[in-house]
Amino acid sequence: MRLIIPLAVVALVLVYPFVVNSFWLVQIGGRTLGFGTIVLSLVFLTAYTGMLSLAQMTVAGIGGYATAYFTAPTGGVGVLLPWPLALVLALGLATLAGLLIGLVAVRTRGIYTLMITLAVAMAFYYLTLQNYDIFNGFTGFNNADPPVVLGLDLGAPLPFFYLSAILAALCYAGVRHVVRTPFGLALQALRDEPDRVRALGYNVPLLRVLAFGLAGFIAGIGGILNLWLNASISPGSVALNPVIDVLMAGVLGGIGHPAGAYVGAFVFTVVDNFAIDFIARERFNTLIGLIFLAIVLFSPDGLTGLVRRVSTRWARAGRRDKGATRKTKDIGK
Amino acid sequence: MMESFAEINWRLFAIVTLNGLTLASLYFIVASGFSLIFGLMRVVNMAHGSLYLLGAYVGFEVTEATESWLLGILAAGVVVAAAGAALQVSILSWMQGQDLRQALATIGVSIVAADLMLAHWGGSAYQITLPTAMSSFVPVPVAGRYAMARLMLIGFALLIGVGLWLMLNRTRLGMVIRAGVDDRRMLEATGVNVPLVFVGVFAIGASLAGMAGVIGGTVLSVSPGEDARYLLSSLIVVIVGGMGSIPGAAIGALLVAMAETYGLAYTPTYGIVYTFAIMVAVLAVRPQGLLGRSA
Repeated sequence: MRLIIPLAVVALVLVYPFVVNSFWLVQIGGRTLGFGTIVLSLVFLTAYTGMLSLAQMTVAGIGGYATAYFTAPTGGVGVLLPWPLALVLALGLATLAGLLIGLVAVRTRGIYTLMITLAVAMAFYYLTLQNYDIFNGFTGFNNADPPVVLGLDLGAPLPFFYLSAILAALCYAGVRHVVRTPFGLALQALRDEPDRVRALGYNVPLLRVLAFGLAGFIAGIGGILNLWLNASISPGSVALNPVIDVLMAGVLGGIGHPAGAYVGAFVFTVVDNFAIDFIARERFNTLIGLIFLAIVLFSPDGLTGLVRRVSTRWARAGRRDKGATRKTKDIGK
Repeated sequence: MMESFAEINWRLFAIVTLNGLTLASLYFIVASGFSLIFGLMRVVNMAHGSLYLLGAYVGFEVTEATESWLLGILAAGVVVAAAGAALQVSILSWMQGQDLRQALATIGVSIVAADLMLAHWGGSAYQITLPTAMSSFVPVPVAGRYAMARLMLIGFALLIGVGLWLMLNRTRLGMVIRAGVDDRRMLEATGVNVPLVFVGVFAIGASLAGMAGVIGGTVLSVSPGEDARYLLSSLIVVIVGGMGSIPGAAIGALLVAMAETYGLAYTPTYGIVYTFAIMVAVLAVRPQGLLGRSA
């Protein structure tokens, strides 16, 4: 019974490329998986450690910038390296960035973490905009395409979709696995009772910083996928709007469960692409902002929470004797 | 030859310093409103930058229509105060005490507000025109001459700082606010209408942002994206100075604006790094900010 939903999702992802056109394959499917992986890093941090970070797009941007710097030098900026080395460096830098941001934010909680990570994100944005030596300023990097491996062009729609799907699945499975390890359990204990965990002898700051590092690694993978999807990266990729987009997608999907990341990313991407059809051109932000506001006001655990609550109510209506329902977690508390 | 070289450098230094003070004044006015709201209500108002931008646009429209800069800044103060009060009454009061959820809600509001303002005023930059008496240059030692409007901005910030201090420390409203910061429930028990005080303080904080918008639109310019810039500066200023402290906001604004201005003048491509370094250094030594109280 518990396997039905995962198997259905796997089947859906396998069949998806053969029932949709190339726009839905890459611009909706590929984007959902790449962007969703960045959102997953936020959901991992929030759901299991209670830290809401707004710097996940920044970390993803560092992964993307590093990949572009080492595989697609633009305007004389960058060093061309073999792609496996470039990817290792990019993921290493993203993880390092995650660790460093964790180090900055480690002594803060709740609202303060949000503020400080936002300040970090905006500082990075202005750095990319001002700096031409490393980030190539306003232009950024262009023509960053995925490598061709053994004659298979990973940039072609179908291989790119499956590549994204495999990486997203690995990240998702990785998160589900990590939260069951002693490390993951310690993080959740830390989220609920930091003082007790400290009294038990755990190194609380170290655990938090490591969680940020892991989230940085995941965001780095998402960032590389995002770079390949757009084939370019510029300060606009790490500006306030994309930074907030990650948060909005996470809250839309439901920030309490890893699956919410991809649900949120999918809904966000669809609204992003079809806002023009519902509402006047260019007013996408008003629409998504209002949806976000409605979710925050009326269903703080997002769409997955909404579905869960409706289904438990439905199940309860069927068999009233099993009354104990799980409490949905309120992100505002 | 060497002498004139040194002289030019000192002149540049003096002008950069004055520019830094101007920016610090602007940052202080915006951030003091942000800090006031946080101090009493524990609301991190992520829409504070939007209030700044709204004030700037309202000030621009009114100044253009009436040709009076003073009416422009008054109108911006009133309109943005009303907008802030409406935000508190319609959205934030529903979830009082859930600070993270309130921050998320104000993020939603800021996204919608930024988009609607872009729709109405477009993407171009505006400059609010000054009365001719103020748009002159005055002689200043070392720097040579400096814009009158910018010096007046520094004076205005001092006035607001002193005014806020007097309000908080010498009036009944200030007493109520300070009591609310310390113990909100006890204050409620003494019969004070706390929700009403919240609306009032939100309106004051918002109107500070709105008036700052008019001033910023006069000495600098108004364009989309400024909301993010002033939200960021407010965040860093209060992180450095200490959340909820008005003197902290003054010190934070000075440090951040000076670092930013000197950084941009002397090492243009790494200007933001200094601001960031100050924030990290403060967080490492005093996580609650220089003048903040530990939670």
